[in-house]
Amino acid sequence: MTAFIRAFKAIFRFIYQAPAAVIRTSLAFLRLFYQSVFLALGQIWANKTRSILTTIGIVIGVASVTSVIAALTGLKTKVLRDFESFGTNKIYVIPHWPRTGRFKSASWRIIRFRPELFEGLLERCPSIENYTLITERSQTIGYGIHGIDGARVYGINPAWHQIENRSVVMGRPFTLTDEENGWQVCLITPTVRDELRLDQNCIGKRIVVGSRSFRIVGVVERRVESSMFGGMGSSEEVFIPFSTAWKQWNPWMYVIASCRKPELSEEAQAELRFFLRQARRLKPGDPETFRLEVIEAYLQSFNKMALAITAVAGGVVGISLLVGGVGIMNIMLVSVSERTREIGLRKAVGARSSAILFQFLVESVVLCLFGGLIGAGIGQMLTSLIARIPHASLDLAYVPIWAIALSFGFAGSVGIFFGMFPAIKAARLDPIEALRHE
Amino acid sequence: MTQKNNRLIIRLKDVMRIYKVGVERIHALDGINFELSENEYVAVMGPSGSGKSTLMNVLGCLDRATSGYYELDGQDTTKMSDTALAHVRNERIGFVFQSFELLGQLNALKNVEMPLIYSKDGWWSRHKRAKQVLERVGLADRVKHKPNQLSGGEKQRVAIARALVCNPSILLADEPTGNLDSKTSDGILELFDQLHREGQTIVIVTHEEYVAHHTERMIHMKDGRICSDVKNNRDPRKKPVAANTNNRQKELT
Repeated sequence: MTAFIRAFKAIFRFIYQAPAAVIRTSLAFLRLFYQSVFLALGQIWANKTRSILTTIGIVIGVASVTSVIAALTGLKTKVLRDFESFGTNKIYVIPHWPRTGRFKSASWRIIRFRPELFEGLLERCPSIENYTLITERSQTIGYGIHGIDGARVYGINPAWHQIENRSVVMGRPFTLTDEENGWQVCLITPTVRDELRLDQNCIGKRIVVGSRSFRIVGVVERRVESSMFGGMGSSEEVFIPFSTAWKQWNPWMYVIASCRKPELSEEAQAELRFFLRQARRLKPGDPETFRLEVIEAYLQSFNKMALAITAVAGGVVGISLLVGGVGIMNIMLVSVSERTREIGLRKAVGARSSAILFQFLVESVVLCLFGGLIGAGIGQMLTSLIARIPHASLDLAYVPIWAIALSFGFAGSVGIFFGMFPAIKAARLDPIEALRHE
Repeated sequence: MTQKNNRLIIRLKDVMRIYKVGVERIHALDGINFELSENEYVAVMGPSGSGKSTLMNVLGCLDRATSGYYELDGQDTTKMSDTALAHVRNERIGFVFQSFELLGQLNALKNVEMPLIYSKDGWWSRHKRAKQVLERVGLADRVKHKPNQLSGGEKQRVAIARALVCNPSILLADEPTGNLDSKTSDGILELFDQLHREGQTIVIVTHEEYVAHHTERMIHMKDGRICSDVKNNRDPRKKPVAANTNNRQKELT
């Protein structure tokens, strides 16, 4: 019984005293840490030139990792913004020659779309909210003595207004009446209005599109500037009813459909595919003679590209950090052999091996973090330079906080990894030998 | 000064230290037996290769005896771990070296503080204690000076202050005057005398007679053995003098 009580007391004492021991140990550790950081800073300050030269590898590594991340982040933000303005629920349906199968060398008359092909689409495809037939062509437009060569002229259905979501700033949008009657009416953008020197209120004026005269019924806002899709670059756009355009040009056409929700995109595509295969009378196994394009696909391919760039840049950065790390290791080895007597002395006055190890480890980590700090600063500078490169669509480049944290983390781990060997070497020194060292 | 009490600080029993060089075994210490009480003032003498440095290293817990028993301050050190030995060196032993071993980037105060960095409870009061001990060795006005701004004697005083800052049981000095001219040496030896009067236990390893004559007890070593262990008559007039101490000699007579 007494043994039991004694055991209980011992356990109780252990539990009672353990936190105190933990606190004492962690205090001792903090003290050592504080001391080591000061020693390290002193060492770095004492060997300024050497420290700077040593850390160049780390500086370059960190500067490149931060600026590459900054550039990619900027690009991504920009692209995402473009995608958003572009609309994520749009599906483009475009005629397409399959690479194989019996339509491989079919004539354009078979491959191309006709408006009749899409009749009944909304009934058969419940996930599709709306669609518009589109045809486009470059035309010369004119008003009086002013003209524009190569303006884009689009033939559109009234549903285009809902799909594109571009507001009519003046006048009215197209209606079914325009469409059904094939009237010679048009919508223009403010750019066209200004270039043709039309009045601010140009509704009812007649302009010449191609060789025919069209009455202006409305002005649609300019399309959102987009670096990715503004490739044609022009906001000189004229819109006419699809039936009017089709009558005149009988050109190639495509379709933009919008699904009800972005999440329904996959379903909508499947429905469209099924519908079109039936409409074009494709047999099972025949390759499709049309192509569906979704913005997500672009987003995915962009993400893949970004990932590839990140991987390549990561490799480069990794190599430079490796080189930097070897530099750090080299200089730490020099430092250890230079300070052999100091190590011997410290051991003689009671420094444990772990304290010596810690001192040198902290020194190499501090050296690396110091390089990381300079590198982050240079990275910031590079980023602001990158953002100023014209036409590179990198103007949104900025260094995210996590990138700084990441590069500091990398620099620190390089310090630990490459500082470990010299530190172990220092800690293993025999104090007597070390004190005898010349 | 006579011995005030007989508390044992050091007890060595059949201590051997054997180095292996190839197949050869060198007996650096070949069965050392001696005891050291509190406040003793001892000189260890002997020609080079006699094992006095090895004895010093063993006494200072920098080296372990190959066999035998070494008790410091009532603790058996022969079976201690390296960490425990580091702790013992920190708390119970003060080293003074021939070439001072001060750290060049640190000022006198920081140099003296250094052992307290590695001590558990000395850390918090390290400034105060370092200052006090610098005053004790007579360098109160040199606290902020770096080693290259100090003279040789002052450097050794800083080193002694560093050895004393942890209140060691024993002060081990290895040729403390070896790098100093004789006048400065006298100053340092007087400091040792003063410390001895204040109750410090001191062991000096030297091969200079006049240094040894400051002490109370002389141990002569040869071939790893103690060949004589004699009480010293500390009459300063009788001790052999170094070349340039004539002035002091006159003052004393």
